[in-house]
Amino acid sequence: MQTAIFTTLLVASLLFFAWSVYRRLSLVLLGLPEERFDQPGRRLSEMFLYAFGQLRVIKKPFGLNHFVIFWSFVILAIANGEFLVNGVFPSLSLALLPEGLHRALLVAFDVVSLLTLFAIALSFVRRIVVRPPQLDSLYVKGRSPEAFAILSFIALLMLAYFGMHGAIIAQGREAAASAMPVSTVVAAWLTHAGVDLTLVESVSWWVHALVLIAFICFLPLSKHMHILTAIPNCYFGALNWPATQPRETFEKGAVYGVGSVERFTWKDLFDSFSCTECGRCQSVCPASITGKPLNPRQVVHAIKTNLLENGPALKDGRKGTLPLIGDEGEGTNTEDAIWSCTTCGACMEACPVLIEQMPKIVKMRRHLVETESKFPEELLNLFENMEQRSNPWGIAPGERAKWVSTLPVKPFVAGETEYLLYVGCAGSFDSRAKQVTVALATVLNAAGVSWGILGKDEKCCGDSLRRLGNEYLFDKMAKENVEIFRERGVAKVITLCPHCLTTLKNDYRQYGLELEVVHQSELIADLIKKGRIKLDGSEKSLGKIAYHDPCYLGRHNDIFEAPRTVVQAVTGSAPQEAERHGRNSFCCGAGGGRMWMEEFIGDRVNHTRVDELLAEKPDTVCVACPYCMTMMEDGLKDRGAGEVKVRDVVEVLAEGLLHKKG
Amino acid sequence: MLVVVCVKQVPDTTQVQIDPVTNTLIREGVPFIVNPYDTHAVEQALRFKDRYGCRVVAISMGPPNAEATLRKALAQGADRAVLLSDRVFGGADTLATSKVLAAAIERLAQEDEVGVVICGKQTIDGDTAQVGPGIATRLDFAQLTLVDRVDELDLSARRIKVSRKLEGRHEHVEAPLPVLLTVVRELNRPRYPTVAMRLESADAQVEVWDNSVLGLDVNTIGLKGSPTWVSRIFSPERAKGEMLGDGAHDPEGAAQLLIDKMIEKDLLAL
Repeated sequence: MQTAIFTTLLVASLLFFAWSVYRRLSLVLLGLPEERFDQPGRRLSEMFLYAFGQLRVIKKPFGLNHFVIFWSFVILAIANGEFLVNGVFPSLSLALLPEGLHRALLVAFDVVSLLTLFAIALSFVRRIVVRPPQLDSLYVKGRSPEAFAILSFIALLMLAYFGMHGAIIAQGREAAASAMPVSTVVAAWLTHAGVDLTLVESVSWWVHALVLIAFICFLPLSKHMHILTAIPNCYFGALNWPATQPRETFEKGAVYGVGSVERFTWKDLFDSFSCTECGRCQSVCPASITGKPLNPRQVVHAIKTNLLENGPALKDGRKGTLPLIGDEGEGTNTEDAIWSCTTCGACMEACPVLIEQMPKIVKMRRHLVETESKFPEELLNLFENMEQRSNPWGIAPGERAKWVSTLPVKPFVAGETEYLLYVGCAGSFDSRAKQVTVALATVLNAAGVSWGILGKDEKCCGDSLRRLGNEYLFDKMAKENVEIFRERGVAKVITLCPHCLTTLKNDYRQYGLELEVVHQSELIADLIKKGRIKLDGSEKSLGKIAYHDPCYLGRHNDIFEAPRTVVQAVTGSAPQEAERHGRNSFCCGAGGGRMWMEEFIGDRVNHTRVDELLAEKPDTVCVACPYCMTMMEDGLKDRGAGEVKVRDVVEVLAEGLLHKKG
Repeated sequence: MLVVVCVKQVPDTTQVQIDPVTNTLIREGVPFIVNPYDTHAVEQALRFKDRYGCRVVAISMGPPNAEATLRKALAQGADRAVLLSDRVFGGADTLATSKVLAAAIERLAQEDEVGVVICGKQTIDGDTAQVGPGIATRLDFAQLTLVDRVDELDLSARRIKVSRKLEGRHEHVEAPLPVLLTVVRELNRPRYPTVAMRLESADAQVEVWDNSVLGLDVNTIGLKGSPTWVSRIFSPERAKGEMLGDGAHDPEGAAQLLIDKMIEKDLLAL
């Protein structure tokens, strides 16, 4: 009788499970195609590292708790599998395995179940007592009934496991009792308490059975679906750090960017089903932290909600009714949120399951700019200046090489000059950044590097345009630049600005241009290492130096050490680190085209960053990006700390060379 | 009803230099742009189109490559573009230019009624602000110059109410249609063309009319019909500046000196 009822319930729940999973995952197929099936070897290793190794999860101390729950789940999947099979076919059980293996498994089940109970208890404490702020966002609450239901289910499952096995042991029916230390203790309690052991056994069995069945039904309807999607999501994750965005094809009748949910790729949609709502992205996002309406978790949640809402209509070939971009509401992203992103990539660095939030935001910007022509009004000038004069300020292109003045600077000629120094717009036109250019030129000459410039033929790389979603204009400028580089036979490039670096290195690759691009900090660190620049490590005029990692140098292009070694070589000591540094550094607020936009909402990102740097009581803030330079200088002045100097890393080096003894 | 908007392709004057020997503009390598004031004129025309469903025709007099300027108006949403291009139109001053543009508008009026003509307040290369009023005079239209706000266009009563931006004051005025407006930057924010519109306009037809279409007497247009001649262009010599104060060691003193100077020159009001 028990077997019949259980079998019926199990079959029904499995059918429901299959149907629910199909209903959700088939929505993913509404997305556009995207190649994520290449390099299976590398993908498998990423999957093992991030999904099974929980590499990102355990970066936070509490992640250990999830690590325990995850691995318990994997191990207990065997126990639960046995339970389900045994429930339908009572003659089948793990006892059929070789004795040693069976006993080993039983020990593992017992220990792991106990660990899970502890972990679940800690999770309750965290949600009820500790309440970390990142657990909550506008539409998703950490203390939701759903979250508590899932935790209770797991706890109940463990308790029922021990109840059932304890009762069996107490009745003397478990041959392998000696392999079940925890259950044996439970058995002793039960015996001591003098309860009806057969009743405990059957109640525990049914609780275990019903919780498992409920779990099977509930799982694909809840955020717990990440159990199914997180592992493949790590497999399909971007193999290279997604610092860049995909190209678009411009032809009549084409649609640009993402204005409705089915315009995302299948992987974007799959990402949304993989989010567990841990909130790590929101806890590192400069926009979220400074009170802007953008929250990367919210963006992913909006995609999922929108897809679930509009999916059925879209499947029938009708249009969805819930807008993807519009007024505040669940399942919709506001324009303010979309424009708040600095594309710093902190969210993508934090996500334990490799969700790519930032490119999704840029795709929505593309829709706004290219299809709707809707963007913050200050960007109109930027777009016009870029199109007409190939620089953000609209300064006459003829003035690009004015910084050269009386310096001995040669034009780049392939075969005669080794490197092209791609000065970039800031280095050419911004008066503060021009000082950095002059410092670099002086240092390069002193070290005997062979380099030249394009002068007034240099054009803007188009970084801001691409991050702002003006892909049409970016495409035009990229093609022009690629053409110039090919024509002039450029192979090796030095950039002053990390934004030029990433664009020339990562974005132009999509146009078939492979350049050897180095950031100036890498080159000068290398020159120091090779002894072509000699320093005595005694420079003290800059006092205590704190280093600020530019997002596009560090996180986006993995250059963390070079600027630090330069500071070390000049001053004899490593720079002071801000609380958030290296891979976890905090944006200056100017990336993603935010340099050219007003910041009306919330605190200013640069103020937040400057406050953090000031906590280290530096005399000098060292940067390696002209945008960071502007943001730090402005921020320090706003905070009444104008006496703190801001220096580019090459200026620090120049200072060292200037004062070097002998 | 047609709204005709006049646009001009101009050299990007921020990049123009004057040849000190010949006293002429060095135009070589200088990119052309749409006269900035004209972009606001186009936007106003498109707003009339959006609101009242008028058809917008963009016209321009210039060499064949001025087509790019008209294409931009098409990308923004103009329905039709006509380039007035003929060697006999060349070398024209403001009088001759306004004659050609007025003739083209009259020609358009044979097809449909022209209710409003819109021009930028002036071009950044000539800076005369005469062509708009010249067209209005020749067409016998009411003329409202320096418009910074359109309050009402009443098509049934055939009247328009606008605000004019004058030095230190605003003027609210009303005129009957047909009317010619010249507009200032404050009027609006020009729309940014969508990619679809850009691609569409890239293949769109820009009509080219030469004098055989307009049939004007060649002695009244172009260089021959221009009573004004430019005898010399030059950059005024700037008097050499002087260094005042010591900003490096006494920034406050230097700032005070600057403020005093500005008050003395009546650049700062107290």
